[in-house]
Amino acid sequence: MVVFDRPHALLDVPFHYCPGCTHGIIHRLVAEAIDELGIEGRTVGIAPVGCSVMAYDYFGCDMIEAAHGRAPAVATGVKRSDPDHLIVFTYQGDGDLASIGTAETVHAAARNENITIIFINNAIYGMTGGQMAPTSLPGQVTQTSPYGRDVKACGYPVKICEMLSQLEGPEYLARVAVNTVPHVRAAKKAIKKAFQNQIDGKGFSLVEVISSCPTNWGMTPEKALQWVEEAMIPYYPLGVYKDRSAGIIPGAKEA
Amino acid sequence: MTREYLFAGFGGQGLLFSGKVLAYKGLLEDKNVSWLPSYGPEMRGGTANCSVIISDEPVGAPIIANPDVLVAMNLPSLDKYESTVKSGGTIFVDNSLIERKVMRDDVSVYYIPATRLAGEIGAPTLANMILVGKLLSVFDEYDEEYVGKALAKCVSARHKDLLELNKKAMETGRAY
Amino acid sequence: MAEKVLMKGNEAIAEAAILAGCRHYFGYPITPQTEIAAYMAKRMPKIGGTFLQAESEIAAINMVYGVSSAGKRVMTSSSSPGISLKGEGISYLAGADLPALVVNCQRGGPGLGGIQPSQSDYFQATRGGGHGDYHMIVLAPDSVQEMAQLTIKGFELADEYRMTSMILADGTIGQMMEPVSFDFEIKEAPEKPWATTGTGMKRPHNIINSLYLKPEKLEETNIARYEKYAVVEEKEALAEEYMMDGAEIVLAAFGIAARVTKNAVKAARAEGIKAGLIRPVTLWPFPKAYFEKALGTAKEMISIELSMGQMIEDVRLATQCRIPVSLTKRVGGMIPSVEEVLCAIRKAAERIGD
Repeated sequence: MVVFDRPHALLDVPFHYCPGCTHGIIHRLVAEAIDELGIEGRTVGIAPVGCSVMAYDYFGCDMIEAAHGRAPAVATGVKRSDPDHLIVFTYQGDGDLASIGTAETVHAAARNENITIIFINNAIYGMTGGQMAPTSLPGQVTQTSPYGRDVKACGYPVKICEMLSQLEGPEYLARVAVNTVPHVRAAKKAIKKAFQNQIDGKGFSLVEVISSCPTNWGMTPEKALQWVEEAMIPYYPLGVYKDRSAGIIPGAKEA
Repeated sequence: MTREYLFAGFGGQGLLFSGKVLAYKGLLEDKNVSWLPSYGPEMRGGTANCSVIISDEPVGAPIIANPDVLVAMNLPSLDKYESTVKSGGTIFVDNSLIERKVMRDDVSVYYIPATRLAGEIGAPTLANMILVGKLLSVFDEYDEEYVGKALAKCVSARHKDLLELNKKAMETGRAY
Repeated sequence: MAEKVLMKGNEAIAEAAILAGCRHYFGYPITPQTEIAAYMAKRMPKIGGTFLQAESEIAAINMVYGVSSAGKRVMTSSSSPGISLKGEGISYLAGADLPALVVNCQRGGPGLGGIQPSQSDYFQATRGGGHGDYHMIVLAPDSVQEMAQLTIKGFELADEYRMTSMILADGTIGQMMEPVSFDFEIKEAPEKPWATTGTGMKRPHNIINSLYLKPEKLEETNIARYEKYAVVEEKEALAEEYMMDGAEIVLAAFGIAARVTKNAVKAARAEGIKAGLIRPVTLWPFPKAYFEKALGTAKEMISIELSMGQMIEDVRLATQCRIPVSLTKRVGGMIPSVEEVLCAIRKAAERIGD
């Protein structure tokens, strides 16, 4: 009999996330991957600044809380302290990874730092109350883009997977979503692969997870999942953007 | 006794290196020494200088306001530092690069065509070491054993051929 | 005794760090401290260590944060503008009680300033530099030998108190060469049961963190940290006394300024002026007791600085303004000459002679 249970790598404490937030699903997928790969005892996770700042209370492995945007640099330090033993992952939101921490993200990727990054893209700053994010869609209304994101004034969203895929460094870049059951299954596969790559010493693996923020989007959880499908995914197409080992390299001509 | 040396010239003339050899020789002879470079963005061609202090007592400030000895390898350096040399001090001038004479009459002056000599002995980049060789012989401090040891400390093992060339340059200065 | 070698101050720091068991260095190029990075780049790969030129000062200090979290001795180095960038990370290190060594080979400021020696980051170093209530242990070498010695001490104190130690040097001490011996006894790093090295499924998870959303809890951690700081102040304050016997004019100077001042004090004594020098070796904790003791004979104090007057405030606090304290300074990369300091001593001697 299959019993739905809490993964061991998730602690038995209540989340602080809003109702309908998809952080819970993604936390679970990360914990399941850690369980299935049997790496909890040698894993160190790095929490960001943002809604998932307190992820250190939820994961059962050793955890570090990093300064805003600096998680890839902290992860670099941890990984280099014991590269053959430790498995290191960061869990970062879009403001953290794609705005204030852009340099740390790009250079960790360029170095092909052997770490795993779980990047939560929900197109908004959640913790501070719904400001425009680097990934907010054109026209998207937020607290700091009350008339909709005007690309003339504040530019275009940053597409992290596309951008990083142009670098020679990274091993694996994939964009997934968690708004439907098939998408959740695909997300799990990608996250597990991102950890497996690190175990195999392949290098920098980043999984961008298109997520929802019903509270700050001002939608019901169900409506928010729909908006992911109808607005987010068309702008941020799902898929594998780079997988060096599998020969998926942008710009390569077909034989 | 304390003696303060100022080496001054263009970047790339090896002034910092010659100061280092002198300081290392002092260290090997159990003296107190300090070596202080000017530093900045001009790696080559700009003005460069280095201050060396060799003393029987602990060295206080490594900065030299009034050197006992000035080694000048270009005109701007002589213009700038001639007046700072202590009365009774000594100035060494590379007169293949500096045409004018030292104007003071309260210092000892040695004119050595170091750059020309360096070319003649097949070591065009070692005019600096010719001047150091001359300097040591003037002060009767040219001890071959310590000169050899100091050079060995300052020239990396990979450049053994350079070691011999440096010695040759110093000998040339000594003999001039 | 080990053979003395002629070495630059910056290189002596790097070699001493390696001796102290530091195997991780992260940095970013900036004059006048780049010799440290160059030395580490050469040595670390040969001894199984990590040298990494980070993308920024900010990244470098956060890499330090990562290695320190994992329980290893780690360092970074920079010069003034770069230290400002590291301020955020240093504050986080303090908030998470992580040990680390940071070297500031100071240059003139503010802004891009210049590249010549300065001591104008004294406030930044001794008051913390980043946001929040915290201190670093600040060590001020005045010779190449001390660059090495205080680097080792810095690692030891950092581990003992779980604090950041800063070597507050300057361009002159960093660039100059002097004989140095590496004949040190080095304390091994203590056990670090708090480190994030993986639970091994044998213990509850460790968390390295500086976030406390409950004000009561944050207050409690700050107060506990300051109790630790009180112990550091009690036990670790250190200064060198130079010709302080019966000193009526007491000079205060550290680093390169102290080297100049020693010459001036010696010259003043030769003129029959009772001058002496207190050279703080720890700038935080400030060696107050030495100044209190000096009040027994001192009639005036002079702070000699490569800043517009920063340490002078600590001298006044330490002496509770009971005697006049004046400032002799050069800034912007200039260094006071022996003559300038001697002049200030003579003037003070005239004043107290009345």
